Amino acid sequence: MAVKVIIPTPLRAYAGKQESVELQANTVAEALNGLTLRFADLKKHLYSDDGKLRSFVNVYVNDEDIRYLQKDQTQLRDGDIVSIVPSIAGGVRNEPGEFCNGH
Amino acid sequence: MATKSEISANPAPASAPVSLSKEEILRYSRHLIMPEVGMEGQLKLKQAKVLCIGTGGLGAPLGLYLAAAGVGRIGLVDFDTVDSTNLQRQILFGSKDVGRPKIAAASDRLRDLNPDIQIDTFETQLSSENALDILKDYNIIVDGTDNFPTRYLVNDASVLLGKPNVYGSIFRFEGQVTVFGYPDGPCYRCLYPEPPPPGLVPSCAEGGVLGVLPGIVGSIQAAETLKLIIGAGEPLVGRLLLFDALAMRFRELKLRKNPDCPLCGTKPTLTKLIDYAEFCGIRGEEAPAPQTSVPEITPRELKGRLDRGDDLYILDVREPHEYQICNLGGHLIPLGDLSKRVNELDSSREIVAHCRSGKRSAEAVEFLQRAGFRKILNLKGGILAWSDDVDPSVPKY
Repeated sequence: MAVKVIIPTPLRAYAGKQESVELQANTVAEALNGLTLRFADLKKHLYSDDGKLRSFVNVYVNDEDIRYLQKDQTQLRDGDIVSIVPSIAGGVRNEPGEFCNGH
Repeated sequence: MATKSEISANPAPASAPVSLSKEEILRYSRHLIMPEVGMEGQLKLKQAKVLCIGTGGLGAPLGLYLAAAGVGRIGLVDFDTVDSTNLQRQILFGSKDVGRPKIAAASDRLRDLNPDIQIDTFETQLSSENALDILKDYNIIVDGTDNFPTRYLVNDASVLLGKPNVYGSIFRFEGQVTVFGYPDGPCYRCLYPEPPPPGLVPSCAEGGVLGVLPGIVGSIQAAETLKLIIGAGEPLVGRLLLFDALAMRFRELKLRKNPDCPLCGTKPTLTKLIDYAEFCGIRGEEAPAPQTSVPEITPRELKGRLDRGDDLYILDVREPHEYQICNLGGHLIPLGDLSKRVNELDSSREIVAHCRSGKRSAEAVEFLQRAGFRKILNLKGGILAWSDDVDPSVPKY
């Protein structure tokens, strides 16, 4: 199935600065796998060491959260849009001595 | 000004039947002539009590619109002072406010905008100790903070007290808005059970925000707050609104209440506030990532050695757009490209790596040491310290 994966701003740095990627996949797992094969740096941002999707990264097929579908086994259809939506806190401040990582 | 954690001395309105004065009728006439607000809605606004947590980028348009709309009592929580980097987006403040506590500058501005309303000020950092006490007197909580620990704290306190929490969050060109804590609606933990660990969120090279972005997101929060008060329209409950200013596109995702949510699910396990710094993996208030002991050189030492004519190779590991702001004439290889471009460096020469504050360049030094470089130093404090200690003509950012 030809689907589009939308990359959120905070993760674009690890995905060749692209806003979205089109690829072939039958399930969400295949789509994300295809994405991390293309952009290896994305993997640690999407998955924890035990291979689970991180709890601050949500994935939607069209407007539905995959946690309420069949998780990463959710089937995809041609033209589906897969959105990766990580939590963002604000991320404005980057003063010296403060966290450079999110505060 | 109110002292720490103390409500300012404005008299609380007596519980007499609420009505509008002639002046108020004129001031709010553009609300009153709309049936969706009308006299009934305007009186609801006058009796409403809204707590704005944060008076920064999101809190600025929010506070202004709530005050302008005639929300009768507005609480402000912030502990910061205004600095000049705030003025790019925090439209509550002017140049004359630089150095003042944000709470003082914000309440002055809002009182000037609308002298008929009550402004409560809390010049304090919201914490597990004071949150329930501060939130309890308000009907609606609006989250305009900028960090994960406070977001989880605001969420948990709102849910425990049964108050709606109008949430807005921004990053660079993107925003997220929704209303949490509505009866039978989801909460922040339903959306994101856990925060990212500190190491995995964007670094300083990727910070920043388009100045108008918090203006748009904060204004949407204000609209949702006013709608909740007057009971008009369809609240942004169970829907996560995503905004991308670059694409100029709004998208909406379904946001469900998680039956297994530890806070608002069917069998809650979280029944009181917790240690949010610990929950977010942050030890201690300032807790920088454990600094490894890379060899360092101070800006003054570097200046002295350059003046002596020592052969030093300056390596700048910032991003190209940062190089354009200011530079020390170094060779630019962004940290993220270093592994691919390491062959551009001559390991026989002595290298001084620098970035803005010294953090990214410390990573670069570590990396290069592992790659076999022996004569490599990190400029302590980066270009900021260089500006402070050697050359004040180098702008700070």
